[in-house]
Amino acid sequence: MKNLKVNFLGKVFKNPIVPASGTFGFGYEFSDLYDINILGSISIKGTTLEPRYGNKLPRIAECPSGLINAIGLQNPGVDKVVTEELVKLDEVYADQIIANVGGHSTYEYVETVKKFNNSDKTFAIELNISCPNVTGGGMAFGVDPQTAYDLVKAVKEVSTKPIIVKLSPNVTNVVEMAKAVESAGADAISLINTLVGMRFNLKTGKPIIANVKGGYSGPGIYPVALRMVYEVSQAVNLPIIGMGGVSTAYDVIEMMYAGASLVMVGAQNLIDPYACKKIIEDLPRVMDELNIENLEDIIGGRK
Amino acid sequence: MQNVNLKIEKNVKVGTDIYLMKLVGDTSSIKKPGEFINITVPGYYLRRPISVCDYGTGYVDILYKVLGLGTKDMSTFKEGMMLDCLVGLGNGFDITKAQKPLLVGGGIGIAPLVGLARAFNEKGIKPILVFGARSKNDIVLVEQLSELCDLHVCTDDGSLGFKGNVIECIKASNLDFDYYYSCGPQKMLEFLSKAYPNGCVSLEARMGCGFGACMGCSIETTKGPKRVCKEGPVFEATEVIF
Ligand SMILES: Cc1cc2nc3c(=O)[nH]c(=O)nc-3n(C[C@H](O)[C@H](O)[C@H](O)COP(=O)(O)OP(=O)(O)OC[C@H]3O[C@@H](n4cnc5c(N)ncnc54)[C@H](O)[C@@H]3O)c2cc1C
Ligand SMILES: Cc1cc2nc3c(=O)[nH]c(=O)nc-3n(C[C@H](O)[C@H](O)[C@H](O)COP(=O)(O)O)c2cc1C
Ligand code: FES
Repeated sequence: MKNLKVNFLGKVFKNPIVPASGTFGFGYEFSDLYDINILGSISIKGTTLEPRYGNKLPRIAECPSGLINAIGLQNPGVDKVVTEELVKLDEVYADQIIANVGGHSTYEYVETVKKFNNSDKTFAIELNISCPNVTGGGMAFGVDPQTAYDLVKAVKEVSTKPIIVKLSPNVTNVVEMAKAVESAGADAISLINTLVGMRFNLKTGKPIIANVKGGYSGPGIYPVALRMVYEVSQAVNLPIIGMGGVSTAYDVIEMMYAGASLVMVGAQNLIDPYACKKIIEDLPRVMDELNIENLEDIIGGRK
Repeated sequence: MQNVNLKIEKNVKVGTDIYLMKLVGDTSSIKKPGEFINITVPGYYLRRPISVCDYGTGYVDILYKVLGLGTKDMSTFKEGMMLDCLVGLGNGFDITKAQKPLLVGGGIGIAPLVGLARAFNEKGIKPILVFGARSKNDIVLVEQLSELCDLHVCTDDGSLGFKGNVIECIKASNLDFDYYYSCGPQKMLEFLSKAYPNGCVSLEARMGCGFGACMGCSIETTKGPKRVCKEGPVFEATEVIF
């Protein structure tokens, strides 16, 4: 029997596969397709204090090996998320989830995080300081070490849940950011969010995305993600969630070699709604092929 | 929704840059005309959303126009090739809304109206169809459509049928209907919904997933945000904020 279990922040996850925020809605809609209880956990759609409609359409542009999205954190607001969306999810998913939180100001982050304190369904908060699609916030918190430090510190003071800080790849030195949030008291780090990119319409010469720029993700960013997960895991003493372009069980193994304890799958869910299921079912076969008994043993490379 | 491999049984040119493709396989998840399918075109990352033109046990027909690279590739696909498709997507048309239905198609927007017309025929109702396009090159499937519908063709350049747009055609022909079903260019749907509140419009949007997971296709409506791929693509004319 292959052992897929991993320990992360004191909790045993049945496997390391977690759908990435924004690519799995609030989860329950996927339960029409398969029993989502097989998932290690679920990172829900980025949640903000107030409801947000998000950006104008088009929000999506195709790229070689991926897509650009500029959703702009559309969500019904934290109150509805806690009292409605998580309740619906609870009917079809027994385990706890990871609540992804976005915001424009320290106040907004802090107030949103507080609202999850009493949510038994929530295992941890994933603090999104790396969303490229909202103005005057989001990524602005994730590209300056001091700003990130201050925010994480403020959030840590009010939260009863572990804080996972989600880092942006749109920085010169990702290690510096990781160290800043570590010293502010972050419990874990997840990375990478999307890379800022754009596409033009060939016929009109205008940007395809209404918001002009958006976040690029998918298999095209996989090597960048591996490199950043590796660099951060070498530099900090926090557990890491790795993501960016993961689409197969082999990708998961490599991401764990790079230092990830959990692995999130994003864009692949959009083009293949069964992606996470296929990866989970394929992992034992791939472990067998590579002579791996315990998945946990390969975090940070083979010993 | 279901993920199925469908086989191309036919892929023929039926107009300028317009192709009709018959796909065979398990299409049992398709429940209503006006739904769409999402097709993986080899070599491209995102799937291509295309309306169900018509369907039945074991098959689905799609009618598509070559627009960019993906649809251009599709036009070269040979019989026998397998396509990875998500089927049973979107809400589809509600045929219980009309006793005297009017169907309004603009250009390639005619596609989902074919199956809708057939569904009305099966109920014993022959709908009126106004089919508008830029020129006669975009008017396709005339023979089939005139069997199913009381067909009125209009073109912007007058190269076939009435010269003018669909609204002018509806007015000039004094068409009698209680509810309409429309699909076509955004501008046409906007003008139509402003001229007539009693109907529905089928919208397009660039999609990330096509099944409700990414919020890539959300539009603002009078009843809050709705996803074109999930709550749509068919919306009440009065709820869309153009
Ligand atoms: C619900 C729905 C039903 C549709 N039904 C039909 C139909 O029956 N027949 C038909 O010919 N066309 C239909 N379309 C439009 C069709 O999806 C696009 O023409 C097609 O995706 C273009 O692909 P491409 O690779 O040729 O173009 P490219 O421009 O090369 O495509 C690049 C990307 O943009 C997307 N894209 C470009 N134009 C559109 C568009 N107008 N709508 C949505 N996505 C777009 C593509 O899917 C792709 O992801 C429908 C669209 C939607 C949303
Ligand atoms: C459509 C879409 C929406 C996303 N929304 C969020 C979000 O709300 N919060 C967040 O932290 N990340 C969001 N992301 C980023 C992903 O969670 C992930 O970090 C990124 O896409 C890289 O992984 P991937 O290459 O597997 O997609 C979104 C990504 C996509 C494609
Ligand atoms: S395209 Fe993803 S939600 Fe509609």
